[in-house]
Amino acid sequence: MSNTLTIALSKGRILGETLPLLKKANIVPAEDISKSRKLIFDTNHDHIKLVILRATDVPTYVDHGVADFGVAGKDVLMEASTKNLYELLDLKIAKCRLMTAGVVGQTLPNRRLKVASKFIKTAKAYFAEQGIQADVVKLYGAMELAPIMGLADLIVDIVDTGNTLKANGLEARELIAPISTRLVVNKAAYKTKYTQIEPIIDMLRKAVDSNEGK
Amino acid sequence: MTLADRWLLPEGVDEALPEQAAKIEHLRRTLLNLHEKWGYQLVIPPLLEYLDSLLTGAGSDLEIETFKVTDQLSGRLLGIRADFTSQVARIDAHCLKGNAVERLSYCGSVLRTMPAGLDGTRSPIQLGAEIFGHGGVESDIEVLSLMLQTLSLAGLSNVVLDLGHVDVVTGVLTACDLNKDQEEKLIDLYKAKDLPELDRYVDSLTLLSATQKEWLVTLPRLCGNKDVLDKAANLFGTISPLIQNAITQLKLISAAICHRFSGVGLHFDLSDLVSYSYHTGVVFAAYVPGHGNAIARGGRYNNIGEVFGRSRPATGFSTDLKALVALSDVVVTHSKTVLMPTSSCNDLWQKANSLRAEGYRVVESLGVNDKKTADFKLDFVNEAWQLVPVQS
Repeated sequence: MSNTLTIALSKGRILGETLPLLKKANIVPAEDISKSRKLIFDTNHDHIKLVILRATDVPTYVDHGVADFGVAGKDVLMEASTKNLYELLDLKIAKCRLMTAGVVGQTLPNRRLKVASKFIKTAKAYFAEQGIQADVVKLYGAMELAPIMGLADLIVDIVDTGNTLKANGLEARELIAPISTRLVVNKAAYKTKYTQIEPIIDMLRKAVDSNEGK
Repeated sequence: MTLADRWLLPEGVDEALPEQAAKIEHLRRTLLNLHEKWGYQLVIPPLLEYLDSLLTGAGSDLEIETFKVTDQLSGRLLGIRADFTSQVARIDAHCLKGNAVERLSYCGSVLRTMPAGLDGTRSPIQLGAEIFGHGGVESDIEVLSLMLQTLSLAGLSNVVLDLGHVDVVTGVLTACDLNKDQEEKLIDLYKAKDLPELDRYVDSLTLLSATQKEWLVTLPRLCGNKDVLDKAANLFGTISPLIQNAITQLKLISAAICHRFSGVGLHFDLSDLVSYSYHTGVVFAAYVPGHGNAIARGGRYNNIGEVFGRSRPATGFSTDLKALVALSDVVVTHSKTVLMPTSSCNDLWQKANSLRAEGYRVVESLGVNDKKTADFKLDFVNEAWQLVPVQS
């Protein structure tokens, strides 16, 4: 147990960009993750295992120390309430922006703002920082619908190309934070398995740099 | 009110059922005996006291963690202790009053508003020890040794000791001449070791020189084995004697610990401020693999006593008994059980008492529904009550 290293990876788009980075750091899953329904994968190293999780669960697994490493978006990390994580490396993949958005041309009403988001913690903190009192409504998907249907004045969401916003008559307004994927490490694992962990971080750092260079 | 409303406990509040309670109590006695053998005297501070005295000298992080109630008698706010340290410091500074070195230990429940640890507990049983009145590394080494001995006696192995020093961080921050907001932001980033964000933030501090920026971004990267102390000495040694002194202390302490506990792993993290903000010198935490959080922690705090009228150098550590029990395999050996019949016979009563005094567990059998498992029963044989082995 103590010698195994478990890396928790976020499913979906991030996974597609993470695997090439891991490969550059010489960590390769023993079978094709995309063709399997398994959740735990062996790698070319006996002591390294990969688990594939829903992105929002990655910080939880790493915070509790059941996974030593995690790969998760900054958006997810900002929203998670974790105490035992170190955020050691920006993997500089799956880059996008966390933004506010509203109906094109619509001015904000002169009353307490209503905001819809799945990032409620981040949204509350952002508006408080701006000196704006806002009621935040938690939604799980299709944020763009909220301002159109009158559920909210603004939404807080991830913006990549902005095409979904445009297609629904919305426009991006303020930038809350630039988002990219981060490598997180459990605090206790970092201290107790430092000699195993540090070389992997080093390899990944080099992999990121070579990605940036091209 | 549904049925669940009547039996559900508040979040993060738990109870120990007989098996676990036996383990916790066994460990509590074992560990307090250990502390006693090291010359530490037990103190029992109150469960709650005026918030002002509970939080005096402690940081705002402790204030958030403390449950508050109003005292109906005085109208003042009371706090339920979330940490023993300031209570024990008050006892040393105000009640004991001597100038001699004082060694105190304690064990009891604390309550915290914020869930912590893997099980999200808000009701740990804190056990710890503090030394007052000695400012040298010798007392840091003593407290660290007692902490490691405590963990080892609790049955934990593969312990890694994490060491840091508040003065390294303070020294570097002071040398960068930052305002309070900037310092707080940096400390937050150091605590989370958020390196990408740190690099970005330090880059945005335009008033700093390139060397100062280098200091700030290198500091949290100084972790690993004892080589980092030399690296730190090279990098920061010239900044201030404060840092130099801190590094010398860390070297002395780690050498002594290495010598005493060869099986314990040492890890240095010079930017890690592991505990509450009242610490002023060496800070430390113990980790075991597979447990996401520190299992014991502590450090030097020389200022708390001042607000109680007497500034005394102090150092100490604490751990959570419940977490220790969860991590270790505490084996509680029960004494042999004897079943006795219910009878008004005075000889039987005398016999039961003398057996209990000898260490047997003697249970009066209360009929068919009572426990049947026992090692012996008491039978009246040859005009006397005698122990008869029970066949299982």
